[in-house]
Amino acid sequence: MNSRAPALDLGTTRDTVDRRPTKLVCRNIWKLFGVGAPEFIASRRGVATANEIAQAKLIGAVKNVSIDVREGENFIVMGLSGSGKSTLVRCLSRLIEPTWGSIEFDGKDLLKATPDELIEIRRHKMGMVFQNFALLPHLTVLENIAFPLSVQGIDVKTRERRARELIDLVGLTSREQFYPRELSGGQQQRVGIARSLAVEPDIWFLDEPFSALDPLIRREMQSELIRLQSVLKKTIIFITHDFDEAIRLADRVAIMKDGETIQIGTPEDLVLHPATDYVAEFTRDVPRAKVMSAKRIMAPISDHRDYGGSVKASDKIVSFAAEIVGRRQNFVVTDEGGEPIGEVTANAVINVLAERDPHAAVAE
Amino acid sequence: MTLSVESFPQQAMPVPRWTIIWIAAILGVTLLYVRPDFAPWAVYYPTKAILPFAEWTSVLMAWLKVNFSWFTRGLTEVFAVPLNWAFNLLAKGWKIGAGPEAVLIPRLSWVGICAAFAIAGYALGGFQLGALSAGCILYIALFGQWTSAMLTLGLIAISVPLCIVAGVALGTLAFRKPSIDRYIVGPMLDLMQTMPTFAYLIPMLLLFGNSPVSAMLATAIFATPPMVRATVLGLKRIPHEIDDLGEMVGCTQRQKLLNVLLPSARPSLMIGVNQVIMLALNMVIISSMIGAGGLGYDVLLALRALKIGQGMEAGLAIVALAIVLDRLSNAAAVKRPTIVDRSAPVWQRYSMLLLACGVLLVTTLASTVVPSLADVPASLTISTAPWWKVAVDWITVNFFDAIEAFRTVLILYALNPIRMFFEGVPWLGAVILIGLAGYRLGGVRLAVLVVPLTMFCAATGLWEKTMATLYLCTVAVIISASLGMAIGIMAARSNRVEATITPIIDTLQTLPSFCFIIPVVMLFRVGDVTALIATVLFAIVPAIRYTNHGIRQIPESLIEAATVAGCSRRQMFWRVQLPLALPEIMLGINQTVLLALSMVIICAMIGTRDLGQEVFIALAKADAGRGITAGFAIAFVGIVADRLLRAATDRMRLGVA
Repeated sequence: MNSRAPALDLGTTRDTVDRRPTKLVCRNIWKLFGVGAPEFIASRRGVATANEIAQAKLIGAVKNVSIDVREGENFIVMGLSGSGKSTLVRCLSRLIEPTWGSIEFDGKDLLKATPDELIEIRRHKMGMVFQNFALLPHLTVLENIAFPLSVQGIDVKTRERRARELIDLVGLTSREQFYPRELSGGQQQRVGIARSLAVEPDIWFLDEPFSALDPLIRREMQSELIRLQSVLKKTIIFITHDFDEAIRLADRVAIMKDGETIQIGTPEDLVLHPATDYVAEFTRDVPRAKVMSAKRIMAPISDHRDYGGSVKASDKIVSFAAEIVGRRQNFVVTDEGGEPIGEVTANAVINVLAERDPHAAVAE
Repeated sequence: MTLSVESFPQQAMPVPRWTIIWIAAILGVTLLYVRPDFAPWAVYYPTKAILPFAEWTSVLMAWLKVNFSWFTRGLTEVFAVPLNWAFNLLAKGWKIGAGPEAVLIPRLSWVGICAAFAIAGYALGGFQLGALSAGCILYIALFGQWTSAMLTLGLIAISVPLCIVAGVALGTLAFRKPSIDRYIVGPMLDLMQTMPTFAYLIPMLLLFGNSPVSAMLATAIFATPPMVRATVLGLKRIPHEIDDLGEMVGCTQRQKLLNVLLPSARPSLMIGVNQVIMLALNMVIISSMIGAGGLGYDVLLALRALKIGQGMEAGLAIVALAIVLDRLSNAAAVKRPTIVDRSAPVWQRYSMLLLACGVLLVTTLASTVVPSLADVPASLTISTAPWWKVAVDWITVNFFDAIEAFRTVLILYALNPIRMFFEGVPWLGAVILIGLAGYRLGGVRLAVLVVPLTMFCAATGLWEKTMATLYLCTVAVIISASLGMAIGIMAARSNRVEATITPIIDTLQTLPSFCFIIPVVMLFRVGDVTALIATVLFAIVPAIRYTNHGIRQIPESLIEAATVAGCSRRQMFWRVQLPLALPEIMLGINQTVLLALSMVIICAMIGTRDLGQEVFIALAKADAGRGITAGFAIAFVGIVADRLLRAATDRMRLGVA
């Protein structure tokens, strides 16, 4: 029945992301709705069961969520509608006040920021992209992108120069003077992305940015985001209800259900070791070759050293599968510095592609 | 009433409880009606128990006048500045100094204003609108209404911005503080919109005197509510994400309001502006009674002297002005911002505006030399007054008997009996029936609202007049509603009918209420019949519009489903279209009721005997207490009708949804 691979060696699951400093730390975030919610959760010092919440006639949108987001990380919050993912990200940006918990941003307590400090933080350190674009209908593309700068009182020349750079970056050159309604959905979201980058934010919130787009455009925009991120290296918190999108873009994914995080881990972790059946439901149809990296299936270096090619430890199997199966020779696996640390066999790759144990014998 | 047919499926009782209650109540009231001597105090409100509300109000007004005259006088002086400026600019010209050395700065040349309107029309809506707008203004000029029309325009030009600013401010406040909206702004707007316009002319007259300023303030009270509503609605409709965006880019509250929220609500706001302009124009005419002058005053004088020709001319000039302002503001509302090339020089970016200013300046300067540019030359003007007189005379000579017969029959056999019936309705019975209806439709809350409001009409000794108002209003509503629904259904069934009717009802809706009276008076002279016809004409529009819209908005998929199920055309109408459109139609009827009520009151000018007459007399005598009391009575009738109908519509909507 179980088509999943058995547990493999876990020695190398933690990758390089963890070495980066944390940008945003949130601990025990609660968002409860209903009369007397703050008193309720304060009296319990941030611990409550679903039953207790129901008995107090409260509704829990976000329940006891703790996450760390590291600098330059693509952190994805994935959940179906009503799972609290949107509320969570609004708590992190303080668009909604959390009922309980702490949020530390760049080492400062975000929840203690005064309204004026919050305005300053948002003006310089945060950017947000919205599901339905939230473009201002009375402004042109150029003015929309320059809007966050105009709010700061930056002069017209400077802000328009900056806006033009961003227009080029997102590929909307020559559309500066269009109004939002004259653009397609994908183009509108490019404007939204450009606008959110106008202030060069430290942290970039994307709230289901591609959910309102057609599937083909959505893929195109995902590739665009990957391209942008390879240049910009922002700290990203990305909300989505699409698991495929999550594993395509994520360094790490937090899966949410009923306001709680069920599992936080790399796409590889989620696929190989789903914490619950709920997570397994999502991961079942994900081809493992897409999420597993070379180091997962590498064997110790053998003697003959007659390699058909070389791959990096973090390369996904799908990226070199065709090559290795075609050559029928082992590939050497190297670490970041180019030092050989192991080798991959074609058989192992075939086993992964066939969703079998990588080290099983391949029937000839 | 449909209420009595309500069934209670859970209960096994053979006759539902509420049917019994209704039958008992109606029987009781009928008994009282037939045998008033049984309990006369329940039929005629006892004179001894009448509340001296009018006296209290008079005392209050007198107190206000004495203690706040410093304030009202100051306010008058402040507002008089921009008003006089506008009057001088458009109609009067400035005179600096005195005696023979006085320097005269001329008013804007009429040629220049015509050209400016044409340019505005062209800029906003292309050649067609330009031609229409120039045509209407030229009409005013050539038919000798120029100075009056410009006085009216001047008053509008000052009142409208005032209404817009006040409306947006109040609307924003109501949007930010829902409790203020619920307990202060909402009820205030309801009262402002149902209070008959005449009623607040009186306090204005007392506090601010017979001057354009009091006319302007009365206009502001009348025309601001739609702006407030449009602002609240527009702000509420803004997607939540736009609001979040404002927060996330770090807007201050002020920046968010001015740069994000209000611009995003622009479409709704512009609809509000259009409504403000139309209502202001309507009100400027009525407020000519307290010193607005202009076209309204001309109509008023002509009506009083029964000079039909002059009245008609001035009335048509109002219509022309109304059409121009309506179309221009509508075009401005629909117009979307166009791409502005920032690199272009100023004179290219604002070419139309500069052109208009240039033409105005040149023609006005030239008018100091060329007199025909300053005043419309007499040789060009045409007076249609004699023609109207001839036409009316001709109709009177040839059709007098027919019209008179129609009028007499209508009065003797329809209107008078109905009137008798209404005036005999016992006040206590009406209060009980209305209370019951309120309770059934909207629970205790609605009953607690409608009962005291109805009681007020009786307790102030105005019961008979209230019923007289109600009689004319009811007849007018029944005629407008049945006729309007019939026309609406025809329009919904055929695109051709719709295309013919739309411009007609658009025009009817643009006309200030005053204008309906003139042509009808020409044919039917003064009295109830004239009032009835004018009211029907005025109140029929929403019935047609909402019926048509209600039927047309039914989703195509439902019609297809019914067709596939094998509905005949008749079944389709009775079983699908009508039930689904009913809530929408009820909205239209609700508006018809309120419009009819306001028109019936205005018809007091042509001799109806009801609450309107009460207000009208009070206005003539400057008796604030009497006028305001009658005004409240009218407003309360309107509020009771509005709330009951709304509650009924809500129930229907629940049934359909």
